[in-house]
Amino acid sequence: MKPHDWVQIFLYLGILLAITPLLGMFMHRVFSGRRNILSAVIGPLERLIYKMAGVAPEREMRWTEYAGALFAFNILGIAVLLALQLTQQWLPLNPQNFPNVPFALALNTAVSFVTNTNWQAYSGESTLGYLVQMAGLTVQNFVSAATGIAVLIALARGLTRKSAETIGNFWADLVRATLYLLAPLSMVMAIVLIWQGVPQTFSAYVAAKPPDGIEQLIPLGPVASQIAIKQLGTNGGGYFGQNSAHPFENPTPFSNFIEMLAIFAIPAGLTYTYGLMTKDRRQGWTIFGAMLALFLAGFAISWWAELQPNAVTGLASNMEGKEVRFGVMNSVLFSTITTDASCGAVNAMHDSLTPLAGGVALLNLLLGEVIFGGVGAGMYGMLVFVVLTVFLAGLMVGRSPEYLGKKIEAHEVRWSVVAALAPCVCILIGLAVACSIPAGSATLGNQGPHGFSEMFYAFASAAANNGSALAGVGVNNNFYNYTLAICMFLGRFAIIGPVLAIAGSMAGKKVAPPSPGTFPTTGFTFAGLLVAVILIVGALTFFPALTLGPIVEHLVMGAGRSF
Amino acid sequence: MSTLKSSSHSQSAFADAALLKLAAVDALKKLDPRAQLRNPVMFVVFLGAIVTTAVCFRSPSGFNLQITVWLWFTVFFANFAEALAEGRGKAQAASLRRMRTTTMARRLRGSTEDIVVAGDLHKGDLVVCEAGDIIPADGDVVEGIATVDESAITGESAPVIRESGGDHSAVTGGTRVISDRIVILVTNEPGNAFLDRMIAMVESASRQRTPNEIALGILLVSLTLVFVLAVGTLPALAHFSEKLAGQAGAVNVSLVVLVSLLVCLIPTTIGGLLSAIGISGIDRLIQRNVLATSGRAVEAAGDIDVLLLDKTGTITMGNRQAAAFMPAPGVEEKELAVAAHLASMADETPEGRSIVVLAKERFNLRAHDISERHVTWIPFSAHSRMSGVDMEGGLIRWRKGAADSMRRWVEENGGSYPSEVQALVEKVSASGGTPLVVAEQRRVLGVVQLKDVVKGGIRERFAQLRKMGIRTVMITGDNPMTAAAIAVEAGVDDFMAEATPEDKLARIREEQAKGHLVAMTGDGTNDAPALAHADVGVAMSTGTQAAREAGNMVDLDSNPTKLIEVVEIGKQLLMTRGALTTFSIANDVAKYFAIIPAMFLGLYATIPGERGPLAALDLMHLHSPESAILSAVIFNALIIIALIPLALRGVQYRAMGAVAVLRRNVMVYGLGGVIVPFIGIKLIDLLLAGLGLA
Repeated sequence: MKPHDWVQIFLYLGILLAITPLLGMFMHRVFSGRRNILSAVIGPLERLIYKMAGVAPEREMRWTEYAGALFAFNILGIAVLLALQLTQQWLPLNPQNFPNVPFALALNTAVSFVTNTNWQAYSGESTLGYLVQMAGLTVQNFVSAATGIAVLIALARGLTRKSAETIGNFWADLVRATLYLLAPLSMVMAIVLIWQGVPQTFSAYVAAKPPDGIEQLIPLGPVASQIAIKQLGTNGGGYFGQNSAHPFENPTPFSNFIEMLAIFAIPAGLTYTYGLMTKDRRQGWTIFGAMLALFLAGFAISWWAELQPNAVTGLASNMEGKEVRFGVMNSVLFSTITTDASCGAVNAMHDSLTPLAGGVALLNLLLGEVIFGGVGAGMYGMLVFVVLTVFLAGLMVGRSPEYLGKKIEAHEVRWSVVAALAPCVCILIGLAVACSIPAGSATLGNQGPHGFSEMFYAFASAAANNGSALAGVGVNNNFYNYTLAICMFLGRFAIIGPVLAIAGSMAGKKVAPPSPGTFPTTGFTFAGLLVAVILIVGALTFFPALTLGPIVEHLVMGAGRSF
Repeated sequence: MSTLKSSSHSQSAFADAALLKLAAVDALKKLDPRAQLRNPVMFVVFLGAIVTTAVCFRSPSGFNLQITVWLWFTVFFANFAEALAEGRGKAQAASLRRMRTTTMARRLRGSTEDIVVAGDLHKGDLVVCEAGDIIPADGDVVEGIATVDESAITGESAPVIRESGGDHSAVTGGTRVISDRIVILVTNEPGNAFLDRMIAMVESASRQRTPNEIALGILLVSLTLVFVLAVGTLPALAHFSEKLAGQAGAVNVSLVVLVSLLVCLIPTTIGGLLSAIGISGIDRLIQRNVLATSGRAVEAAGDIDVLLLDKTGTITMGNRQAAAFMPAPGVEEKELAVAAHLASMADETPEGRSIVVLAKERFNLRAHDISERHVTWIPFSAHSRMSGVDMEGGLIRWRKGAADSMRRWVEENGGSYPSEVQALVEKVSASGGTPLVVAEQRRVLGVVQLKDVVKGGIRERFAQLRKMGIRTVMITGDNPMTAAAIAVEAGVDDFMAEATPEDKLARIREEQAKGHLVAMTGDGTNDAPALAHADVGVAMSTGTQAAREAGNMVDLDSNPTKLIEVVEIGKQLLMTRGALTTFSIANDVAKYFAIIPAMFLGLYATIPGERGPLAALDLMHLHSPESAILSAVIFNALIIIALIPLALRGVQYRAMGAVAVLRRNVMVYGLGGVIVPFIGIKLIDLLLAGLGLA
């Protein structure tokens, strides 16, 4: 814990806090269709797209229509991505002449990018050509992020509208999120990254002959543009297999700082946008506070754990698996941020984290990616927990539970529970199946509790739409490609469906004006309750499994044993 | 037979041995799988108990047997809680039913009468009741006037007058005519009478689950499913870990242990007590002599944030009362008081009597002081609007009455009406009071101020309600000036002056459009639309049949103030549900720390068979893996029994703002729910170890 570590942490938090309202206000203007600073430039393009697509952006949709449009768009996305991969050797922009991708891997990858997971069972630089990377993956990096934001905005409309039937227009939300938000931000960030040394080129890989005489092939490509959106859109799918640990993805401590900031920027800003939509900024800040508390607690535990003398290796702190240019603090900060935010980009080997730090990363996934979370997804996941918290604790003030003046009834409880528990179901069942059949553990490299954690992490990462991996278990095989694809799909759409259903039913409700007898959903008490409910739901569901993984691994390591 | 009153006074159901015995029997009857299926959480326990019982037949170890016995106890205790809550209602229903069965009716067909059983009466029949008859069915008096003893329904011993026309025409089946003869038009089909609905209500047989109960039920079932999944997948994960550790048999995931873990984790505490909480909420209303037509109404009462209260009888005493003597210039206050006192002796109205009382209080005046003088009393009449007294053969003539009548009287007698007195009169009117002028022939003595007397403690009550976020609106027929004065004095948030029943209805609609939930009381036929429209409409049982049909609650005491208690009971019901749910979930933390280390104790042990690293999770240092699991299961069963009184009584209720209530309940039931089981399980473990049971 050196002084410059602390300076960086406070700088990070300070800048995050500063950009939250700025981005939040901007997004609020964008999604309410009002003029903003980019209207003059992008407005004509936006209108052109609507015209070409035959979309009337002001035409409001009921929740069923909104959900229908969203699912159609995403299913189509999976189909296109699948087709591109299955035919890439016949398509242009493939200078390395990579062969067609096998079906299981192609499906896994297609689902992975459409669900904003960016789980990569392949290594990008040795599997996919430029066309698939750009026209397939990068496009999904944008639109999957835009989909997440659209769902959140729709939910926020549902929660804040009075006796309304509609929750917005999906196409307009999708286009606006992409054009006004993701594209300009990515462009700026890509330029910063190029300045820091990230390549952006269409040229073929470069052959080099270093002093040791062994010829190397140095992969290149349009890297900076993909890195920008993979961070900003909390996608996490790296251009290279090593992701942000690779010097071409993340060359300097400054690029590292920017990349970490980019992960939290939009999710944090959306809390403010939400506050503006509810016409009570405290609603947004309270959720921001709950997220920040969970983030800082996780980071503190991880950092502390990584700095402890290791009883097995005998080293003073844990530099194994970390890049020297980042060091312990920046690696742990990155690992906490990326697992909190459903991003999945990594700048260090998570497999080499200490059991506690790895356990925190795993727990972050298990809690449902609501600590800032994926763009839009984190916030709507958090709002599901808010609904559950209001229902559980709201009864205790002696009124039937209400949120923003609207009653939480059986319908909302049912869908909230489905949304909150769908990933849990995927993880537990997937893990149990993997534990039970030979295919599940055939590719497992490690024995002992760490081996268990690696499998656990794989399912958690998929269901939480994170995409980072503890690795250690070979996942490019039929069993993992298919099971994880299912987990990713359900982890995304078994939440989005219920969330939109809640948006629809809440939109139609009457609003009771607040009074001193109303259950408060702002302030420290509520933030504390929210944190407690998130921890309790996550902990109660996964405590037995965590015991068999990180917890026992930590205890065993303390005793100086390894497997 | 004052059924409701007497049984409600036998307070704590817990102390009543007969009820306990009855509940125990009913609890056994509820072991019927069909009854269990209604409560999914407890049904899982029920299935678990069956599974462990089966295991016991195959491998009857002491541990297996004890777990099985305690699982059955868990099911039994939950049944018992429900049976106990139902028990009181059943006892009340039984005595009500006895009242109904034997009644005969004298049915009127044209001009002839025939005798039929009360149950054969239909809507539209006419029946005759004379002194001594029990009224056979609900109806309206269409002819005659009678005094009726309604104590069987209301517990109120004073008989009431029922007459045709107006707002006092409704009679209830089961009550008794004490004097005179009335003809009643039957207004209900058999089986649908007020008494029948009462019986159905208290029996809770027809109890529908309320919206909030359904929502909570969904949450509890979902939690149960998650835990089924978490426990169901555990053997696969555990056996795989054994393999990774290379220690076959290091974990204990036997069926009995898994069932124990599952039962401990699923929310059995709230699952077992949920229906008891709902029933007891209705029961607490009945104890206060309020009948709700549905559990839904009780729940809605907790959400009320606007109360429409009638001024008269709720906020103020029934009538205006003399508050001050205001003498005219040159008149002593005592002289005024003496004149007012005597002039009011012949005034039998409550206002007149209150003047006598005030004079007594202020100057210790007694009527017998004047008994020797030659006195002629002039009684109050609505026509003259004054009363008075002539003494000494007409030498002294004192009168008191309405200001304008008195002015005329004084001027007729050749006196003059001083402007100072007129000023006093106007001042009293302006302050919301009623001025009465007192004069001695030509000389005006002064003014008596009558005003509404606000009930003691009502102001504090409204302040409490405000803290709870409930706004009070006073409804009165008074003019706006008078109404405003009383509103300020009583501390209501708003008032409606010169209100008609239509105004009330409009106000309810307006409040509801703004998102408020409104409660009101009413008794007249013209209150019926408003009662039906209000979220909680409490009809007075003295009110008309129409009013009683329209409201969703009936107050047998006809005490409008009770609306406030109704709201409190509704809130308490919801709070109890929330508190026990929180407690139930919080309990799981300790149970995990008891059972998980017990299951995985040997895993990754350095020396096979010894305690492994996960022993570190055994925070309670329990005696053995068996006693740890057993203690958790026993705690889980006993906590249901321990919380039955809380479920029946409701959590402690205080009028506080939502934030304060929330903090308090989170501390008590959330934090308490985490800590209590650690202590409880440890104590049970010590006991088990001491007794050598595990």
